[in-house]
Amino acid sequence: MKNWKQVRADFPILDRKIEGKPLIYLDNAATSQKPLQVINALKNYYENYNSNIHRGLHTMSEEATLAYEGARERIARFIDAASEREIIFTRNATEAINIVVESWGKHNIQAGDEIVITAMEHHSNFVPWQKLAEDKGAKLVYIELAEDGNLDYQMAERLITNRTKIVAVTQMSNVMGTVVDLQKLGSLAHLNGAKFLVDGAQGVPHLPTSVRESDCDFLVFSLHKMLGPTGVGVLYGKEELLDLMPPMLYGGDMISSVTREKTTVNELPWKFEAGTPNIADVIASGVAIDYLLALGMENVRAHELDLTRHAMDLMLKLPSIKIYGPQNPELKGGVISFNYEGVHPHDMGQILNESGIAIRAGHHCCQPLMKTLGVMGTARASFYIYNTKEEIDFFVEALIKAEKVLNYVACR
Amino acid sequence: MSLVDDLYRETILDHYHNPRNRGTISDATVSTEGVNPLCGDELRLFLKIENGVVCDIKLESRGCSINTASGSMMSELVLGKSLEEAQAVISEFKNMMLTKGEDVTLPEELEELEALQGVKKYPVRIKCALLPWNTLDEGLKSK
Ligand SMILES: Cc1ncc(COP(=O)(O)O)c(C=O)c1O
Repeated sequence: MKNWKQVRADFPILDRKIEGKPLIYLDNAATSQKPLQVINALKNYYENYNSNIHRGLHTMSEEATLAYEGARERIARFIDAASEREIIFTRNATEAINIVVESWGKHNIQAGDEIVITAMEHHSNFVPWQKLAEDKGAKLVYIELAEDGNLDYQMAERLITNRTKIVAVTQMSNVMGTVVDLQKLGSLAHLNGAKFLVDGAQGVPHLPTSVRESDCDFLVFSLHKMLGPTGVGVLYGKEELLDLMPPMLYGGDMISSVTREKTTVNELPWKFEAGTPNIADVIASGVAIDYLLALGMENVRAHELDLTRHAMDLMLKLPSIKIYGPQNPELKGGVISFNYEGVHPHDMGQILNESGIAIRAGHHCCQPLMKTLGVMGTARASFYIYNTKEEIDFFVEALIKAEKVLNYVACR
Repeated sequence: MSLVDDLYRETILDHYHNPRNRGTISDATVSTEGVNPLCGDELRLFLKIENGVVCDIKLESRGCSINTASGSMMSELVLGKSLEEAQAVISEFKNMMLTKGEDVTLPEELEELEALQGVKKYPVRIKCALLPWNTLDEGLKSK
Protein backbone atom coordinates (compact mmCIF):
# COMPACT_ATOMS: atom_id res chain seq x y z
CA MET A 1 0.00 0.00 0.00
CA LYS A 2 1.51 3.30 -1.11
CA ASN A 3 1.55 6.24 1.21
CA TRP A 4 -0.23 8.70 -1.01
CA LYS A 5 -0.28 11.39 1.66
CA GLN A 6 3.51 11.53 1.47
CA VAL A 7 3.26 12.23 -2.24
CA ARG A 8 1.53 15.51 -1.46
CA ALA A 9 4.57 16.86 0.34
CA ASP A 10 6.44 16.85 -2.99
CA PHE A 11 4.00 19.36 -4.52
CA PRO A 12 4.55 22.84 -3.06
CA ILE A 13 1.62 24.34 -4.95
CA LEU A 14 -0.82 22.22 -2.94
CA ASP A 15 -0.19 24.53 0.03
CA ARG A 16 -1.76 27.42 -1.81
CA LYS A 17 -4.89 29.13 -0.61
CA ILE A 18 -7.71 30.14 -2.94
CA GLU A 19 -10.25 32.63 -1.62
CA GLY A 20 -8.70 31.98 1.80
CA LYS A 21 -9.34 28.24 1.58
CA PRO A 22 -6.94 25.39 0.86
CA LEU A 23 -6.63 24.67 -2.86
CA ILE A 24 -8.32 21.50 -4.04
CA TYR A 25 -6.95 20.91 -7.49
CA LEU A 26 -9.32 18.82 -9.58
CA ASP A 27 -8.31 20.03 -13.02
CA ASN A 28 -5.64 17.46 -13.70
CA ALA A 29 -6.96 16.53 -17.12
CA ALA A 30 -6.01 20.05 -18.24
CA THR A 31 -2.55 19.93 -16.73
CA SER A 32 -0.99 18.30 -13.69
CA GLN A 33 0.97 19.94 -10.91
CA LYS A 34 4.74 19.46 -10.74
CA PRO A 35 6.76 17.87 -7.92
CA LEU A 36 9.81 19.56 -6.41
CA GLN A 37 12.04 17.01 -8.12
CA VAL A 38 10.93 18.29 -11.53
CA ILE A 39 11.16 21.95 -10.53
CA ASN A 40 14.65 21.35 -9.12
CA ALA A 41 15.77 19.58 -12.28
CA LEU A 42 15.00 22.73 -14.27
CA LYS A 43 16.87 24.88 -11.78
CA ASN A 44 19.83 22.51 -11.68
CA TYR A 45 20.14 22.50 -15.47
CA TYR A 46 20.13 26.30 -15.74
CA GLU A 47 22.41 26.78 -12.74
CA ASN A 48 24.96 24.08 -13.44
CA TYR A 49 25.17 22.75 -16.99
CA ASN A 50 23.12 24.90 -19.34
CA SER A 51 24.50 24.37 -22.85
CA ASN A 52 23.43 23.26 -26.29
CA ILE A 53 23.35 19.56 -27.08
CA HIS A 54 24.75 17.36 -29.83
CA ARG A 55 27.40 19.89 -30.80
CA GLY A 56 29.85 21.02 -28.15
CA LEU A 57 32.76 18.90 -27.09
CA HIS A 58 32.91 20.64 -23.76
CA THR A 59 31.90 19.02 -20.50
CA MET A 60 28.65 20.87 -20.03
CA SER A 61 27.41 20.09 -23.52
CA GLU A 62 28.19 16.45 -22.94
CA GLU A 63 26.30 16.49 -19.65
CA ALA A 64 23.32 18.17 -21.23
CA THR A 65 23.33 15.74 -24.17
CA LEU A 66 23.47 12.79 -21.80
CA ALA A 67 20.61 14.13 -19.70
CA TYR A 68 18.49 14.94 -22.78
CA GLU A 69 19.05 11.54 -24.39
CA GLY A 70 18.60 9.91 -21.00
CA ALA A 71 15.09 11.34 -20.85
CA ARG A 72 14.39 9.79 -24.24
CA GLU A 73 15.56 6.38 -23.04
CA ARG A 74 13.37 6.55 -19.96
CA ILE A 75 10.35 7.55 -21.99
CA ALA A 76 10.98 4.65 -24.36
CA ARG A 77 11.06 2.32 -21.38
CA PHE A 78 7.98 3.97 -19.83
CA ILE A 79 5.78 3.16 -22.84
CA ASP A 80 7.60 -0.09 -23.62
CA ALA A 81 8.96 1.05 -27.00
CA ALA A 82 11.42 -1.27 -28.73
CA SER A 83 13.99 1.49 -29.20
CA GLU A 84 14.61 5.11 -28.24
CA ARG A 85 14.87 5.83 -31.96
CA GLU A 86 11.08 5.63 -31.91
CA ILE A 87 10.72 8.54 -29.46
CA ILE A 88 10.52 12.00 -31.02
CA PHE A 89 10.26 15.10 -28.87
CA THR A 90 7.66 17.67 -29.90
CA ARG A 91 6.06 20.66 -28.17
CA ASN A 92 2.94 18.76 -27.17
CA ALA A 93 0.55 16.01 -28.22
CA THR A 94 -1.12 18.32 -30.71
CA GLU A 95 2.11 18.92 -32.58
CA ALA A 96 2.83 15.19 -32.61
CA ILE A 97 -0.51 14.46 -34.30
CA ASN A 98 0.16 17.19 -36.82
CA ILE A 99 3.49 15.58 -37.70
CA VAL A 100 1.72 12.30 -38.43
CA VAL A 101 -0.90 14.08 -40.53
CA GLU A 102 1.69 16.09 -42.48
CA SER A 103 4.41 13.55 -42.85
CA TRP A 104 2.44 10.30 -43.06
CA GLY A 105 -1.13 11.37 -43.88
CA LYS A 106 -0.40 13.64 -46.81
CA HIS A 107 1.52 10.86 -48.58
CA ASN A 108 -0.73 7.95 -47.71
CA ILE A 109 -4.30 9.22 -47.74
CA GLN A 110 -6.09 9.51 -51.06
CA ALA A 111 -9.52 10.46 -52.32
CA GLY A 112 -12.10 7.91 -51.21
CA ASP A 113 -10.00 6.61 -48.32
CA GLU A 114 -11.50 6.56 -44.86
CA ILE A 115 -10.10 7.88 -41.60
CA VAL A 116 -11.81 6.39 -38.56
CA ILE A 117 -11.98 8.36 -35.30
CA THR A 118 -14.42 8.34 -32.37
CA ALA A 119 -17.19 10.69 -31.31
CA MET A 120 -15.18 11.62 -28.23
CA GLU A 121 -11.95 12.91 -29.72
CA HIS A 122 -10.26 16.05 -28.45
CA HIS A 123 -10.05 18.76 -31.14
CA SER A 124 -6.34 17.88 -31.37
CA ASN A 125 -7.13 14.43 -32.72
CA PHE A 126 -10.04 15.69 -34.76
CA VAL A 127 -9.34 18.97 -36.53
CA PRO A 128 -6.05 17.84 -38.22
CA TRP A 129 -7.82 14.75 -39.64
CA GLN A 130 -10.83 16.77 -40.70
CA LYS A 131 -8.56 19.16 -42.60
CA LEU A 132 -6.63 16.29 -44.20
CA ALA A 133 -9.88 14.58 -45.27
CA GLU A 134 -11.12 17.84 -46.74
CA ASP A 135 -7.88 18.45 -48.65
CA LYS A 136 -7.68 14.90 -50.00
CA GLY A 137 -11.35 14.15 -50.59
CA ALA A 138 -11.16 11.41 -47.99
CA LYS A 139 -13.93 10.56 -45.56
CA LEU A 140 -13.91 11.00 -41.80
CA VAL A 141 -15.87 8.20 -40.12
CA TYR A 142 -16.98 8.23 -36.47
CA ILE A 143 -17.34 5.40 -34.00
CA GLU A 144 -20.26 6.57 -31.87
CA LEU A 145 -21.03 6.06 -28.20
CA ALA A 146 -23.24 3.16 -27.14
CA GLU A 147 -26.22 3.47 -24.79
CA ASP A 148 -24.07 2.80 -21.72
CA GLY A 149 -21.75 5.69 -22.53
CA ASN A 150 -19.00 3.36 -23.66
CA LEU A 151 -17.71 3.27 -27.25
CA ASP A 152 -19.86 1.23 -29.60
CA TYR A 153 -17.44 -1.59 -30.47
CA GLN A 154 -19.98 -3.39 -32.66
CA MET A 155 -20.15 -0.26 -34.73
CA ALA A 156 -16.35 -0.18 -34.86
CA GLU A 157 -16.39 -3.64 -36.38
CA ARG A 158 -18.71 -2.45 -39.12
CA LEU A 159 -16.90 0.83 -39.78
CA ILE A 160 -13.31 -0.37 -39.95
CA THR A 161 -13.00 -1.89 -43.43
CA ASN A 162 -10.48 -2.20 -46.22
CA ARG A 163 -11.28 1.41 -47.15
CA THR A 164 -9.90 2.50 -43.77
CA LYS A 165 -6.35 3.85 -43.94
CA ILE A 166 -5.95 4.88 -40.32
CA VAL A 167 -7.84 4.48 -37.06
CA ALA A 168 -7.01 7.38 -34.73
CA VAL A 169 -8.51 7.14 -31.25
CA THR A 170 -8.06 8.49 -27.78
CA GLN A 171 -6.80 6.10 -25.12
CA MET A 172 -9.02 7.77 -22.53
CA SER A 173 -11.71 10.43 -22.99
CA ASN A 174 -10.68 13.75 -21.47
CA VAL A 175 -14.38 14.51 -20.89
CA MET A 176 -15.89 11.30 -19.49
CA GLY A 177 -12.81 9.30 -18.60
CA THR A 178 -13.96 6.41 -20.82
CA VAL A 179 -11.06 4.00 -21.27
CA VAL A 180 -10.82 2.65 -24.81
CA ASP A 181 -10.08 -0.98 -25.66
CA LEU A 182 -6.93 -0.39 -27.70
CA GLN A 183 -6.21 -4.03 -28.36
CA LYS A 184 -9.60 -4.46 -29.96
CA LEU A 185 -9.46 -1.37 -32.17
CA GLY A 186 -5.80 -1.93 -33.03
CA SER A 187 -6.38 -5.47 -34.22
CA LEU A 188 -9.44 -4.35 -36.23
CA ALA A 189 -7.27 -1.68 -37.87
CA HIS A 190 -4.43 -4.05 -38.66
CA LEU A 191 -6.75 -6.80 -39.91
CA ASN A 192 -7.93 -4.30 -42.50
CA GLY A 193 -4.47 -3.07 -43.40
CA ALA A 194 -4.96 0.30 -41.68
CA LYS A 195 -2.55 2.11 -39.37
CA PHE A 196 -3.44 2.70 -35.74
CA LEU A 197 -2.78 5.96 -33.89
CA VAL A 198 -3.45 6.39 -30.19
CA ASP A 199 -3.92 9.81 -28.60
CA GLY A 200 -2.42 9.08 -25.21
CA ALA A 201 -2.67 12.63 -23.85
CA GLN A 202 -5.01 11.37 -21.11
CA GLY A 203 -4.14 7.68 -21.09
CA VAL A 204 -0.36 7.70 -20.73
CA PRO A 205 -0.35 9.84 -17.54
CA HIS A 206 -2.88 7.63 -15.78
CA LEU A 207 -2.81 4.07 -17.16
CA PRO A 208 -0.06 1.51 -17.63
CA THR A 209 0.74 1.81 -21.34
CA SER A 210 2.64 -0.54 -23.59
CA VAL A 211 2.96 0.28 -27.28
CA ARG A 212 3.99 -3.29 -27.94
CA GLU A 213 0.96 -4.72 -26.19
CA SER A 214 -1.51 -2.43 -27.95
CA ASP A 215 0.59 -2.73 -31.13
CA CYS A 216 -0.13 0.87 -32.06
CA ASP A 217 1.76 2.43 -34.97
CA PHE A 218 1.77 5.89 -33.41
CA LEU A 219 1.24 7.14 -29.86
CA VAL A 220 1.22 10.81 -28.87
CA PHE A 221 1.18 12.44 -25.44
CA SER A 222 2.11 15.59 -23.50
CA LEU A 223 4.45 15.62 -20.52
CA HIS A 224 2.72 18.58 -18.85
CA LYS A 225 -0.22 16.32 -18.00
CA MET A 226 2.06 13.85 -16.23
CA LEU A 227 4.09 15.89 -13.73
CA GLY A 228 6.45 17.31 -16.38
CA PRO A 229 6.89 20.93 -17.47
CA THR A 230 4.91 22.51 -20.30
CA GLY A 231 6.45 22.51 -23.75
CA VAL A 232 7.28 18.82 -24.19
CA GLY A 233 5.29 16.26 -26.14
CA VAL A 234 6.17 12.88 -27.56
CA LEU A 235 5.53 11.25 -30.89
CA TYR A 236 6.13 7.53 -30.71
CA GLY A 237 6.14 5.78 -34.07
CA LYS A 238 7.19 2.31 -35.17
CA GLU A 239 10.70 2.60 -36.53
CA GLU A 240 9.90 1.17 -39.96
CA LEU A 241 7.15 3.78 -40.41
CA LEU A 242 9.15 6.75 -39.16
CA ASP A 243 11.99 5.70 -41.45
CA LEU A 244 9.76 6.13 -44.48
CA MET A 245 8.33 9.49 -43.39
CA PRO A 246 9.95 12.72 -44.57
CA PRO A 247 10.98 15.32 -41.97
CA MET A 248 8.49 18.06 -41.16
CA LEU A 249 10.97 20.86 -40.60
CA TYR A 250 14.36 21.38 -42.20
CA GLY A 251 17.43 23.09 -40.78
CA GLY A 252 20.02 22.39 -38.13
CA ASP A 253 20.27 19.13 -36.15
CA MET A 254 18.03 17.16 -38.50
CA ILE A 255 20.82 16.72 -41.07
CA SER A 256 23.75 14.38 -41.23
CA SER A 257 25.66 16.28 -43.91
CA VAL A 258 25.11 19.38 -45.97
CA THR A 259 26.88 20.52 -49.15
CA ARG A 260 25.95 23.20 -51.64
CA GLU A 261 24.51 20.45 -53.82
CA LYS A 262 22.75 18.21 -51.37
CA THR A 263 21.67 17.56 -47.80
CA THR A 264 21.36 14.13 -46.29
CA VAL A 265 18.84 13.71 -43.55
CA ASN A 266 19.89 12.60 -40.09
CA GLU A 267 18.79 9.25 -38.72
CA LEU A 268 15.95 8.68 -36.27
CA PRO A 269 14.90 10.26 -34.02
CA TRP A 270 16.82 13.45 -34.78
CA LYS A 271 15.52 13.80 -38.33
CA PHE A 272 12.26 15.02 -36.78
CA GLU A 273 13.92 17.38 -34.27
CA ALA A 274 15.08 20.37 -36.29
CA GLY A 275 16.72 23.21 -34.41
CA THR A 276 17.68 23.50 -30.76
CA PRO A 277 15.07 21.53 -28.84
CA ASN A 278 13.48 22.29 -25.48
CA ILE A 279 16.49 20.93 -23.60
CA ALA A 280 15.64 21.99 -20.04
CA ASP A 281 12.05 20.84 -20.16
CA VAL A 282 12.92 17.52 -21.78
CA ILE A 283 15.48 16.84 -19.05
CA ALA A 284 12.92 17.70 -16.36
CA SER A 285 10.40 15.46 -18.17
CA GLY A 286 12.80 12.58 -17.63
CA VAL A 287 12.61 13.30 -13.91
CA ALA A 288 8.80 13.31 -14.06
CA ILE A 289 8.97 9.86 -15.67
CA ASP A 290 11.29 8.67 -12.89
CA TYR A 291 8.76 9.90 -10.36
CA LEU A 292 5.92 7.96 -11.99
CA LEU A 293 8.09 4.85 -12.45
CA ALA A 294 8.92 4.93 -8.75
CA LEU A 295 5.22 5.04 -7.88
CA GLY A 296 4.40 2.37 -10.45
CA MET A 297 1.68 2.99 -13.02
CA GLU A 298 -0.36 0.02 -11.74
CA ASN A 299 -0.45 1.78 -8.36
CA VAL A 300 -1.33 5.12 -9.95
CA ARG A 301 -4.24 3.48 -11.74
CA ALA A 302 -5.40 1.70 -8.57
CA HIS A 303 -5.28 4.94 -6.54
CA GLU A 304 -7.27 6.86 -9.14
CA LEU A 305 -9.82 4.09 -9.47
CA ASP A 306 -10.24 4.20 -5.71
CA LEU A 307 -10.86 7.97 -5.83
CA THR A 308 -13.22 7.66 -8.80
CA ARG A 309 -15.29 4.94 -7.14
CA HIS A 310 -15.56 7.07 -4.02
CA ALA A 311 -16.55 10.20 -5.96
CA MET A 312 -19.08 8.41 -8.14
CA ASP A 313 -20.64 6.75 -5.09
CA LEU A 314 -21.21 10.13 -3.47
CA MET A 315 -22.19 12.04 -6.58
CA LEU A 316 -24.69 9.49 -7.87
CA LYS A 317 -26.63 10.08 -4.64
CA LEU A 318 -27.23 13.73 -5.51
CA PRO A 319 -30.52 13.89 -7.42
CA SER A 320 -29.78 17.11 -9.33
CA ILE A 321 -26.41 15.92 -10.62
CA LYS A 322 -26.11 14.19 -13.96
CA ILE A 323 -22.87 12.35 -14.75
CA TYR A 324 -21.94 11.80 -18.39
CA GLY A 325 -20.37 8.68 -19.86
CA PRO A 326 -20.07 5.26 -18.26
CA GLN A 327 -21.61 5.12 -14.78
CA ASN A 328 -19.38 2.20 -13.87
CA PRO A 329 -16.09 3.58 -12.49
CA GLU A 330 -14.21 0.44 -13.56
CA LEU A 331 -14.59 1.55 -17.18
CA LYS A 332 -13.23 5.01 -16.47
CA GLY A 333 -10.12 6.91 -15.61
CA GLY A 334 -10.30 9.58 -12.91
CA VAL A 335 -12.36 12.05 -14.92
CA ILE A 336 -15.98 12.92 -14.04
CA SER A 337 -18.05 15.23 -16.21
CA PHE A 338 -21.26 16.41 -14.68
CA ASN A 339 -23.94 19.05 -14.71
CA TYR A 340 -26.32 20.35 -12.07
CA GLU A 341 -29.84 20.55 -13.40
CA GLY A 342 -30.44 24.02 -14.85
CA VAL A 343 -27.00 25.38 -13.98
CA HIS A 344 -24.56 26.33 -16.72
CA PRO A 345 -21.14 24.72 -16.13
CA HIS A 346 -19.53 28.18 -16.02
CA ASP A 347 -21.66 29.12 -13.07
CA MET A 348 -20.85 25.78 -11.44
CA GLY A 349 -17.11 26.38 -11.87
CA GLN A 350 -17.40 29.85 -10.39
CA ILE A 351 -19.41 28.70 -7.41
CA LEU A 352 -16.96 25.86 -6.60
CA ASN A 353 -14.00 28.24 -6.90
CA GLU A 354 -15.46 30.07 -3.89
CA SER A 355 -14.63 26.94 -1.90
CA GLY A 356 -11.09 26.78 -3.28
CA ILE A 357 -11.99 23.97 -5.67
CA ALA A 358 -10.48 24.12 -9.15
CA ILE A 359 -12.49 22.24 -11.76
CA ARG A 360 -12.87 22.87 -15.47
CA ALA A 361 -16.08 24.05 -17.10
CA GLY A 362 -16.87 24.24 -20.77
CA HIS A 363 -16.56 22.08 -23.86
CA HIS A 364 -13.08 20.70 -22.99
CA CYS A 365 -11.97 21.04 -26.62
CA CYS A 366 -14.57 18.42 -27.56
CA GLN A 367 -17.34 20.42 -29.22
CA PRO A 368 -18.51 17.55 -31.44
CA LEU A 369 -18.88 15.36 -28.33
CA MET A 370 -20.85 18.11 -26.56
CA LYS A 371 -23.27 18.06 -29.49
CA THR A 372 -23.56 14.26 -29.18
CA LEU A 373 -24.28 14.58 -25.46
CA GLY A 374 -26.74 17.38 -26.19
CA VAL A 375 -25.12 19.90 -23.87
CA MET A 376 -23.27 23.20 -24.29
CA GLY A 377 -20.64 22.07 -21.88
CA THR A 378 -20.01 20.20 -18.67
CA ALA A 379 -18.28 20.73 -15.37
CA ARG A 380 -15.36 18.33 -14.99
CA ALA A 381 -13.46 17.07 -11.97
CA SER A 382 -10.31 15.10 -12.72
CA PHE A 383 -7.94 13.42 -10.29
CA TYR A 384 -4.27 12.58 -10.00
CA ILE A 385 -1.80 10.97 -7.63
CA TYR A 386 -1.92 13.70 -4.98
CA ASN A 387 -5.68 13.88 -4.63
CA THR A 388 -7.28 12.30 -1.57
CA LYS A 389 -10.65 10.94 -0.54
CA GLU A 390 -10.88 13.79 1.97
CA GLU A 391 -10.63 16.27 -0.89
CA ILE A 392 -13.38 14.45 -2.72
CA ASP A 393 -15.55 14.53 0.41
CA PHE A 394 -14.94 18.26 0.63
CA PHE A 395 -15.77 18.70 -3.05
CA VAL A 396 -19.05 16.78 -2.73
CA GLU A 397 -19.91 18.66 0.45
CA ALA A 398 -19.25 21.92 -1.36
CA LEU A 399 -21.70 20.80 -4.03
CA ILE A 400 -24.31 20.05 -1.38
CA LYS A 401 -23.65 23.30 0.49
CA ALA A 402 -23.90 25.23 -2.77
CA GLU A 403 -27.36 23.84 -3.42
CA LYS A 404 -29.04 26.98 -2.19
CA VAL A 405 -26.99 29.18 -4.50
CA LEU A 406 -27.23 26.65 -7.32
CA ASN A 407 -31.01 26.48 -7.05
CA TYR A 408 -31.15 30.25 -6.85
CA VAL A 409 -29.10 30.52 -10.04
CA ALA A 410 -30.64 27.53 -11.83
CA CYS A 411 -32.72 28.05 -14.92
CA ARG A 412 -35.39 25.39 -15.10
CA MET B 1 -18.82 40.72 -1.00
CA SER B 2 -20.04 37.31 -2.04
CA LEU B 3 -20.62 35.67 -5.36
CA VAL B 4 -24.33 36.29 -5.01
CA ASP B 5 -23.77 40.03 -4.45
CA ASP B 6 -21.23 40.39 -7.24
CA LEU B 7 -22.36 38.08 -9.92
CA TYR B 8 -25.79 36.74 -9.24
CA ARG B 9 -27.68 39.93 -8.43
CA GLU B 10 -31.42 39.75 -8.69
CA THR B 11 -31.60 41.79 -11.88
CA ILE B 12 -29.15 39.45 -13.57
CA LEU B 13 -30.96 36.30 -12.52
CA ASP B 14 -34.28 37.80 -13.54
CA HIS B 15 -32.98 38.38 -17.05
CA TYR B 16 -31.29 34.95 -17.08
CA HIS B 17 -34.45 33.13 -16.01
CA ASN B 18 -36.76 35.18 -18.23
CA PRO B 19 -34.70 36.46 -21.14
CA ARG B 20 -36.42 39.27 -23.04
CA ASN B 21 -36.67 39.30 -26.82
CA ARG B 22 -35.76 35.67 -27.18
CA GLY B 23 -36.30 34.03 -30.57
CA THR B 24 -35.72 34.67 -34.23
CA ILE B 25 -36.94 37.17 -36.81
CA SER B 26 -37.92 35.58 -40.12
CA ASP B 27 -37.60 38.79 -42.13
CA ALA B 28 -34.54 40.10 -40.31
CA THR B 29 -32.44 42.65 -42.17
CA VAL B 30 -29.34 41.60 -40.27
CA SER B 31 -28.39 38.34 -38.61
CA THR B 32 -25.06 37.62 -36.95
CA GLU B 33 -23.54 34.84 -34.97
CA GLY B 34 -21.20 35.16 -32.06
CA VAL B 35 -19.22 32.48 -30.25
CA ASN B 36 -17.05 32.53 -27.22
CA PRO B 37 -14.31 30.10 -28.31
CA LEU B 38 -13.22 29.70 -24.72
CA CYS B 39 -16.40 28.01 -23.60
CA GLY B 40 -18.30 27.40 -26.82
CA ASP B 41 -21.25 29.57 -25.86
CA GLU B 42 -23.17 30.51 -28.98
CA LEU B 43 -25.43 33.37 -29.84
CA ARG B 44 -27.54 34.26 -32.85
CA LEU B 45 -28.70 37.82 -33.16
CA PHE B 46 -31.46 39.07 -35.45
CA LEU B 47 -32.16 42.69 -36.22
CA LYS B 48 -34.80 44.42 -38.21
CA ILE B 49 -33.61 47.85 -39.13
CA GLU B 50 -35.95 50.24 -40.90
CA ASN B 51 -35.21 53.89 -41.65
CA GLY B 52 -32.11 53.76 -39.51
CA VAL B 53 -33.98 52.50 -36.46
CA VAL B 54 -33.73 49.13 -34.68
CA CYS B 55 -37.40 48.25 -34.87
CA ASP B 56 -36.95 44.64 -33.80
CA ILE B 57 -34.27 42.60 -32.09
CA LYS B 58 -34.25 38.95 -31.12
CA LEU B 59 -31.62 36.72 -29.57
CA GLU B 60 -31.22 33.01 -29.61
CA SER B 61 -28.57 32.01 -27.14
CA ARG B 62 -27.36 29.04 -25.25
CA GLY B 63 -25.07 30.48 -22.70
CA CYS B 64 -24.30 30.99 -19.06
CA SER B 65 -26.19 33.29 -16.72
CA ILE B 66 -23.99 36.29 -17.46
CA ASN B 67 -24.06 35.91 -21.20
CA THR B 68 -27.83 35.41 -21.32
CA ALA B 69 -28.64 38.22 -18.88
CA SER B 70 -26.34 40.63 -20.64
CA GLY B 71 -27.95 39.88 -24.02
CA SER B 72 -31.43 40.22 -22.60
CA MET B 73 -30.71 43.65 -21.05
CA MET B 74 -29.04 44.76 -24.25
CA SER B 75 -32.03 43.83 -26.36
CA GLU B 76 -34.36 45.96 -24.22
CA LEU B 77 -32.06 48.92 -24.34
CA VAL B 78 -31.42 49.10 -28.07
CA LEU B 79 -34.94 48.30 -29.22
CA GLY B 80 -36.39 51.41 -30.85
CA LYS B 81 -33.05 53.21 -30.91
CA SER B 82 -31.47 54.76 -33.97
CA LEU B 83 -28.26 53.18 -35.20
CA GLU B 84 -26.18 56.01 -33.71
CA GLU B 85 -27.95 55.72 -30.38
CA ALA B 86 -27.45 51.96 -30.38
CA GLN B 87 -23.75 52.41 -31.07
CA ALA B 88 -23.56 54.87 -28.20
CA VAL B 89 -25.12 52.33 -25.82
CA ILE B 90 -22.59 49.72 -26.95
CA SER B 91 -19.75 52.15 -26.26
CA GLU B 92 -21.07 53.03 -22.83
CA PHE B 93 -21.40 49.39 -21.88
CA LYS B 94 -18.01 48.32 -23.20
CA ASN B 95 -16.37 51.26 -21.53
CA MET B 96 -17.96 50.30 -18.22
CA MET B 97 -16.88 46.67 -18.50
CA LEU B 98 -13.36 47.44 -19.62
CA THR B 99 -12.67 50.22 -17.10
CA LYS B 100 -10.56 48.64 -14.41
CA GLY B 101 -10.95 49.41 -10.73
CA GLU B 102 -13.68 51.78 -9.69
CA ASP B 103 -17.33 51.49 -10.65
CA VAL B 104 -18.56 53.51 -13.59
CA THR B 105 -21.86 55.37 -13.38
CA LEU B 106 -24.07 55.16 -16.44
CA PRO B 107 -26.76 57.59 -17.65
CA GLU B 108 -30.05 56.97 -15.92
CA GLU B 109 -31.72 55.12 -18.78
CA LEU B 110 -28.85 52.61 -18.85
CA GLU B 111 -28.67 52.24 -15.08
CA GLU B 112 -29.80 48.62 -15.13
CA LEU B 113 -26.58 47.63 -16.86
CA GLU B 114 -24.63 48.63 -13.76
CA ALA B 115 -25.74 45.31 -12.26
CA LEU B 116 -23.19 43.69 -14.54
CA GLN B 117 -20.27 45.59 -13.05
CA GLY B 118 -19.76 42.88 -10.45
CA VAL B 119 -18.63 40.63 -13.30
CA LYS B 120 -15.44 42.70 -13.53
CA LYS B 121 -14.15 40.95 -10.45
CA TYR B 122 -14.11 37.71 -12.45
CA PRO B 123 -12.01 38.52 -15.49
CA VAL B 124 -12.77 35.34 -17.44
CA ARG B 125 -16.47 36.12 -17.25
CA ILE B 126 -16.10 39.58 -18.81
CA LYS B 127 -16.05 37.85 -22.18
CA CYS B 128 -19.41 36.25 -21.36
CA ALA B 129 -20.91 39.66 -20.65
CA LEU B 130 -19.43 41.22 -23.77
CA LEU B 131 -20.39 38.50 -26.26
CA PRO B 132 -23.90 39.81 -27.09
CA TRP B 133 -22.59 43.35 -27.41
CA ASN B 134 -19.73 42.42 -29.70
CA THR B 135 -22.15 40.44 -31.80
CA LEU B 136 -24.50 43.43 -32.01
CA ASP B 137 -21.60 45.71 -32.87
CA GLU B 138 -20.63 43.39 -35.69
CA GLY B 139 -24.23 43.19 -36.89
CA LEU B 140 -24.66 46.95 -36.98
CA LYS B 141 -21.36 47.41 -38.78
CA SER B 142 -22.29 44.82 -41.41
CA LYS B 143 -25.29 46.99 -42.33
C1 LIG C 1 -7.39 13.59 -25.15
C2 LIG C 1 -6.50 14.74 -25.42
N1 LIG C 1 -5.86 14.82 -26.59
C3 LIG C 1 -5.02 15.83 -26.88
C4 LIG C 1 -4.81 16.86 -26.00
C5 LIG C 1 -3.91 17.98 -26.40
O1 LIG C 1 -2.81 18.08 -25.59
P1 LIG C 1 -1.85 19.33 -25.76
O2 LIG C 1 -2.70 20.54 -25.60
O3 LIG C 1 -0.85 19.17 -24.69
O4 LIG C 1 -1.26 19.23 -27.14
C6 LIG C 1 -5.47 16.84 -24.78
C7 LIG C 1 -5.27 17.94 -23.80
O5 LIG C 1 -6.06 18.72 -23.45
C8 LIG C 1 -6.33 15.76 -24.48
O6 LIG C 1 -7.00 15.72 -23.32
